Amino acid sequence: MARTHICLAVIVVANALGNVALGYGMSRVGDISSFSPLELLRSGVAAMGNPWVLLGVALLVVYFAAHTLILSWADLSYVLLVTSSGYVLTAALSRLALGEDISYFRWAGTVLITVGVALVGSTAASTAGERG
Amino acid sequence: MTAFLLSLVVGGTVAGDLLKARGMRRQGAPDRFDAGALGRFMAAVAGNHLFWWSIAAYAVSFFAFMALLSIREVSFAVPATASGYAVETVLAKLLLGERISRRRQLGAALVVAGVALAA
Repeated sequence: MARTHICLAVIVVANALGNVALGYGMSRVGDISSFSPLELLRSGVAAMGNPWVLLGVALLVVYFAAHTLILSWADLSYVLLVTSSGYVLTAALSRLALGEDISYFRWAGTVLITVGVALVGSTAASTAGERG
Repeated sequence: MTAFLLSLVVGGTVAGDLLKARGMRRQGAPDRFDAGALGRFMAAVAGNHLFWWSIAAYAVSFFAFMALLSIREVSFAVPATASGYAVETVLAKLLLGERISRRRQLGAALVVAGVALAA
């Protein structure tokens, strides 16, 4: 059980921090005004030169490795729903680190997500033994 | 443009998660969690073809997500891209044979409602 909780914590924190770092970095890179290959290449090169984008990508690699590992023993429907608690963390970080406005609707949504995660988290991480 | 990018992000993530979960479940968990065992696990992952198909699906999702972040706030983009939760939970039951108990169904419904509100 400890390995499941450690992996879940790494997934949630690395994903939330990675998304915020990526969001901050991409906002500094600027809008992608056209989706022509040349414009996408130019934007990609600009993004990869931004340290916040690189930090975001590094954190998302950590997230991905932990996500891959946990799926070798835990249900996808369990991991998927429990790690949605990352939205609460992302909303808080978006407000605190990026100064974005978070409406009451969004905060109400994060409360519902938290309750839902608590419910799913109280179920077994793997139902493999329950299958016929 | 927002709806198009959202559909790419969600579709890529759902496909990637299902492919990766199937591949990892077939492979099995590492027996220990020391560096050697984790290294052998990652080497085995590298030879798992379902894992590489999942990477391709995630790549589509990732680049669409980056494009989405360039035109929308992160506090919109992240919750909105989670709209595939319900679909993915149902597909986990149908394609992966997972047992979705009443409690997990209720939790999933709350998460989906929360995501809809937050988006």
